[in-house]
This record gives sequence, structure tokens and C-alpha cells, in this order.
Amino acid sequence: MNLLRDSATIARRNVIRIRRVPDVMAFVVVQPIMFVLLFAYVFGGSIDIPGGNYREFLMAGIFSQTVVFGATFTGAGLAEDMQKGLINRFRSLPMSRSAVVAGRTVSDVVYNALSIIVMSLAGLAVGWRIRGSFLDAVVAFALLLFFAYSFSWVMACIGLLVPTPEVVNNATFVVLFPLTFIANTFVPSDNLPGVLKPIAEWNPVSTLTQAVREGFGNLPVGTPEPTAWPLQNATLYTLVWAAILIVVFAPIATRLYQRAGAR
Amino acid sequence: MTSSPSDTSVSARGLIKTYGEVTALAGLDLDVPGGTVLGLLGPNGAGKTTAVSILTTLVRPDSGSAHVAGVDVMADPRGVRSRIGLSGQYAAVDEHLTATENLEMIGCLYGMPRREARRRGLDLLEQFRLMEASDRPLKTFSGGMRRRIDLAGALVADPPVLFLDEPTTGLDPRSRGELWDAIRERVKGGTTVLLTTQYLEEADQLADEIVVIDHGRSIAKGTAEQLKRRVGGEHLDVHVSGDGAVATTESILAAVATGPLRIHHDDGELSAPVSNGVEALSTVLRELESRQVTIVDIGLRRPTLDDVFMELTGHEAEAEVSS
Repeated sequence: MNLLRDSATIARRNVIRIRRVPDVMAFVVVQPIMFVLLFAYVFGGSIDIPGGNYREFLMAGIFSQTVVFGATFTGAGLAEDMQKGLINRFRSLPMSRSAVVAGRTVSDVVYNALSIIVMSLAGLAVGWRIRGSFLDAVVAFALLLFFAYSFSWVMACIGLLVPTPEVVNNATFVVLFPLTFIANTFVPSDNLPGVLKPIAEWNPVSTLTQAVREGFGNLPVGTPEPTAWPLQNATLYTLVWAAILIVVFAPIATRLYQRAGAR
Repeated sequence: MTSSPSDTSVSARGLIKTYGEVTALAGLDLDVPGGTVLGLLGPNGAGKTTAVSILTTLVRPDSGSAHVAGVDVMADPRGVRSRIGLSGQYAAVDEHLTATENLEMIGCLYGMPRREARRRGLDLLEQFRLMEASDRPLKTFSGGMRRRIDLAGALVADPPVLFLDEPTTGLDPRSRGELWDAIRERVKGGTTVLLTTQYLEEADQLADEIVVIDHGRSIAKGTAEQLKRRVGGEHLDVHVSGDGAVATTESILAAVATGPLRIHHDDGELSAPVSNGVEALSTVLRELESRQVTIVDIGLRRPTLDDVFMELTGHEAEAEVSS
């Protein structure tokens, strides 16, 4: 299959770059460690979770936030390829029309997997433990990677629409900060005021966090059953969102790629 | 037109492309017989890059038709892509990859097996004397070297037709010469080349035939010799200094010139097309001496493509570029 082969070629190229570009390495390795330490030590002492340990509660939130932010790479990488003229070269080659974006989203799973490994080690160092079964934990990690993969198609569209990688970073932060903070990532959504509560409850980042928290057995003892449907069916709801993101944004990204950089 | 494997020609009929208010191409016709080099010459904004983008399937024209190596560009863009190599004015190589990794990647994307792509890449690096770049990331190398690797990228799959969009713009003379050698090497092997350039010397050096374009349409074509002959005769160049020297010289030259003068006021340099060179030279010398103008330099020369451009468009290639 042309698409698979070409996507693999593009993904291989992107993975080679992980080792060569120091600032990417910093983002992948340093930022997750920083988040774990900051939240564990700065907020960890001040925020109380009834019946639980905030650091354990927190880890699932940091996992979710980091993989969602990791999708920024997809957009920034494509914007850079466009700026450097590589997209035009690719478009002049007899390769699959979807492979450049598909290969990019696949290689970003590798970035995210690296981030998750680093984060897990940092988490273990500050006292986080997986309390559930091995299988549940594996499913939780897989869900993180799959949701991140689906979200990177959204970022791919942004990357192909803006003129420079810097703009991707600015544009995505405006979206990603609310998306990852108006959620149960760092505080229980029950504590949120007014309209923020339902938003958080229906936010797929919340359900991802909820599913991961359940999978790791990190929910505080005696936590009441969530009242909102998405949080009750966190894994299913997250998977449906991921599927929708791919079905909607993959064709848009492919279409944008075909027109990209054409002058 | 039917596609045959031996057809390596490029042709375009009535290509029109507008971007909003801007007309990039206003009905361009092109013909490049197989195995020859066509130089598409024109200032910035003349439509050269748009023409290449259409022929390489990156952009669809508003109207018109084009065939590359016997394949219809609009009906079968993928077929065209497998028969062409494109090297642009910005080296489209991944600067974080080594030369070998770049060429291997491009070869794979042409559908070559990975091992073969790698071997072919190494062959090209050796041929272009770029072996030192083979296993170091490209960002450590000069612009000229990256351009040659970019050109090598266009050659990995040995395509019968090559598009070079301003291949040497911004390069120093030595790098330019090296790139020209590499291109000549390919042409010897029978590759068809469509080359855009704003350097008249480049078209003169490489192209079998030259098409001059301005404002999106072809305004002249022929060999470098034919175009120069079109300007006719010889050129009388005069370099003067002193107050009012340029104005005085201008009036003297105007009397013998057969076409528009070219004047660089700041440098005190003037140039005029003349029909009888020796007679014009002695007339002008006599006049200049009698009016006591200080002559820095004076001489006759054969017309260059710069003169052709001036004659055809009424403006200088260089002047438009800098504006």
C-alpha cells in the first residue's frame, strides 16, 4: 500500500529529527518533568482532595494535558515543512496525498509515548503509584495515545493554515489552555462554579482524565459516582470523541495539504 | 496526444492563472523538445514560478493545457509526478537530516526500494562531490551545498524531465558554476530541462532555447544568438566622470544610437546600441574630446542578453528585480 509505505517513510524522517532537534527533546522530556514537580510540590501541599492523595489524583490530569499539548508538534512540524519548502517538494513527488500528514500524526505518537514514559518515571519519583490492575493501566496508556493521535489531526489543520510554526504555538495555546484547565485535570469538576461545571463534565479532556484515573486506580477513596453521563462512561465517550475528530479532521487536513504552499 | 515512453517533451498551451487581482500568467505557450534545455527568462513576478508550479502539478491553471513527457498534467498529475524532478529556488531539503537520509527519503517517496534509494543517493553524492555531507545534518553546510543536494534530490529517481526554478538565485559565483556543471552533466545524459532564471548569463550558459516572459506572457523566443542578433549590431559603452558629463555624453550618444540608451547616472556609465561600431566609436570619441569630457573608459562590445531584455521590455531586468 502506497499510503502505508509513504507514511512510514515520512514518520521515519520525523523520528530521526527527534534526536537531532534539541528544543523538541526539551519539550518532550523537560516539560513533563517540570509539570509533575510543579504541581506535586507547589499545589500538592495546598490542594486537598477529600479522602485522597492529591499527587495521585493529579497524575492523570498531567498525563492528559501533556499529550493534548503534544499535538502542537503536529501543527508546528507541518507549518515548518511548509515554510521551508518541503511540502512543495513532497507535493511534486508521486507519493500518497495523505502520507505527509498521516506520517506526521504517527510520528507524534512516538513523541507522546516518550513523554508518557518520562512523566511516569517522574510520577513514580514523587510517590505516584498504579493501584489498579496491569491490564487497566495498559488500556489507560493506550487511551491517552489514541486520543492524542486523534487530536493531532486537529492541530495538523491549524499547522497547514498558518504561515509559521510560531503562529501555531500562539494559536493553539489559546485553545489548549481552556481545554485542559476547564476540566477535571487538576481539580475535581464538582468544585467548578456555574456554567464551567457542565462544560468540564462534557469536555473530552475530562473524560480522558477520568478514564485514565480510573484505569490507574487513582480515584480517591469514597469519591461519589459522577452524575454527568460522559464521566460515567468516560472511556466510551472519549473513544467516540477521538473517532469523530479523526473522521472530521483527517479529510480536511488532507485537503489543506493538497492546496498548501501553492503559489 | 498519446503517451509514449520515449516522449520526454514539455508543452503548454494558453496557460492562464490569476490570483485575485493579480494575473500571474496571461496565456503562456511553451514547447521544450525532448532532450533539450529551455531557459525561461524574466524578472521577478513575470510568472516563471507559476509556470513551473503548473507544469509540476502544484497549481492548477484557470485555463489552458499542458503535457509533460506525454502525460496530461491536469488529467493525470500523478503520472506526471513520477516522470519529473523539481528543484526549487529554496532548497527543499530537511536540514536536520544528513544528505544520505534526505536522498533516501526522496527516493522512497518516488517508490524506490529503500536500499536502492540509498545506493542511488550515495552515487549522486559522489558524482556531485558531496560525500563529506553524506552523514552530517545539512544545517552545518553552506547554501550552495544545500542547493546541490536539493538538485540531487530531484535526480534520485532519474526522471526524464527536470524542472529547475531559479536554481542559482542567491548563490556565489563559484557555487553557481558548480551547479551549472551538475546540470550540464544531466543534459548530456539526455534529460529534458526547463529552467527559470533571472540571470541572463545563466540562460546563455545552459539553454538551447530561451523564452523571455514578462507580465505572464512570452514576449520573445529563440537561441541566445538569435535574441542577441535581434538587438542588432554592437554596443558602445562609455564611462565618464565630472559635473554634467553624463548629460553631455547622453546627447552625443543619442545622435549615433539605433535604440534606447541605458544610463547609470550614479556611476557615470552609459550604453548605446550602434550599427556601425567603429565609425560610431570614433565620432563619439572626437565629440567627447572637443567638449572636454573626462573619459574613464570607452569600448565596443557584442550585445548581451541584458541588452535583449532592455530592447524587448523597455526596462532593465535588474531594475525590476530590486524594486
